[in-house]
Amino acid sequence: MNPFAAILFRDMRLATRAGGSAALALAFFAAVATLVPLGVGSDLRLLARIAGGVLWIGAVLAALLSLDRLFQSDFEDGSLDLIALSPLPLEAMSFAKIAAHWLTTGLPLTLLSPLLGVLFGLPPAGYAPLMLSLAIGTPAVSAIGAIGAALTLSIRRGGLILPFIVLPLLSPAVIFGAGAVLGALDGLANGAFWLLGAFSLVAVLLAPFAAAAAVRLNLAG
Amino acid sequence: MASIFEFANPGRFMKLSGAILPWLATISALAIIAGIYLGFAAPPDYQQGETVKIMFIHVPAAWVAMMCYGLMALASLLGLVNRHPLADVAAKAAAPLGAIFTALALITGSLWGKPMWGAYWVWDARLTSFLLLLFLYLGYIALWNAIEDETRAARAAAILALVGVVNLPIIEFSVDWWNTLHQGESIIRSGGPLIAGVFLWPLGLMALGYTTLFFTLWMIRIRTEIIERRARALQLGIA
Amino acid sequence: MQAFFAMGKYAAYVWPAYGISLLGLGIAVGFTLSAYARAKKRLAALEAGK
Repeated sequence: MNPFAAILFRDMRLATRAGGSAALALAFFAAVATLVPLGVGSDLRLLARIAGGVLWIGAVLAALLSLDRLFQSDFEDGSLDLIALSPLPLEAMSFAKIAAHWLTTGLPLTLLSPLLGVLFGLPPAGYAPLMLSLAIGTPAVSAIGAIGAALTLSIRRGGLILPFIVLPLLSPAVIFGAGAVLGALDGLANGAFWLLGAFSLVAVLLAPFAAAAAVRLNLAG
Repeated sequence: MASIFEFANPGRFMKLSGAILPWLATISALAIIAGIYLGFAAPPDYQQGETVKIMFIHVPAAWVAMMCYGLMALASLLGLVNRHPLADVAAKAAAPLGAIFTALALITGSLWGKPMWGAYWVWDARLTSFLLLLFLYLGYIALWNAIEDETRAARAAAILALVGVVNLPIIEFSVDWWNTLHQGESIIRSGGPLIAGVFLWPLGLMALGYTTLFFTLWMIRIRTEIIERRARALQLGIA
Repeated sequence: MQAFFAMGKYAAYVWPAYGISLLGLGIAVGFTLSAYARAKKRLAALEAGK
């Protein structure tokens, strides 16, 4: 098996075991979707309007939960050094990890979202846009999150500063993603999906390079 | 603006900055004093009344906040690519200043917004992007402080600064789009719909004053870091 | 004079804005200068003891 696939499948296996990050992300996502109506009241008209935004925020935060471990566990047990010495470029390794993270958090969240949309009384017109925007946008969350994870790799409790770094960078995704859903509900022709797609594409293409650079500098020390 | 050569050689930087600093500081003080005087001498605006006077301290702060991030990103790039020893120092020194100017822009913008738009906070493109800019500054500073090894911290922070600078126009654009799509209100530009000459002078002077003040403080902070490094070297018995 | 301080009924906004700006800039200047002075003192002490 080639090294890229090896890392991809290994990370996926680690994430999907019992108590792994996949389950955690889904549980957190569901928790957010349950708590918000409890907090803002059960007015379905209000909930329907904020559904896109809330679910997007939930998805981002849920994905954030497992990000700080993305490189750290390999860093701690020395595997990262071994991978760095192997013929596999760090950029490819980063891409594999980003893909594994998305497949085990972003994708399941996207698939769960219609169910949670029901809790918000999302009108029928909203479901496809919701899933589509999450499907397009969550790769960007994994990608940009990976950059933050690589930067905070060597910091004890780096998880604390990770959200600070990643959330401002992710704000366009939240704006475009939630905007896409709301726009569809309002019947506005909106370019949100295109903007989101462009943002995601650029993020996924460039993040492996930034993450690899960050990993390299942390290994060099 | 300081040239690359100043960054390359600490001794050279100390000499050059030492020569420039008194001038910068003086220009800054004079410009700010003149700007404030002219600002308060100016008549109230036809639409905004006396709140237009806030423009004189809001717009310059916002301008410096953005310029500072650009300089920080440039210094970060030089530090990463060229390994100029002072580039990292320059970037680190700029960040707290940028954060302060960003915070001032936000606060003065909020105080300007209340009489203008009726709310202390509105999610317009400018204020929102600036809030995110503040978080980027704080994250940058936190990253520097969190990583113990100086060289590693410098390079990690440099990567963050560069990723952020790429994203800043995107943030501004996305918030703008978000606003026009869903709020449908006319976006009031920070400068006001029209800037009459009587406002232009105080604004220009304050902009000059704030900018030179930033460069003054920035240079002093870099000098401080150079001196501290020399002191550390002496203490360790190296120099 | 009264009119000046009233700022056309916007006093509650204009004056705090200027006040906070002055405070913020003052803090920036203060921290910068005091750190500089401290560093210079420390270096001078080390170079004297050398």
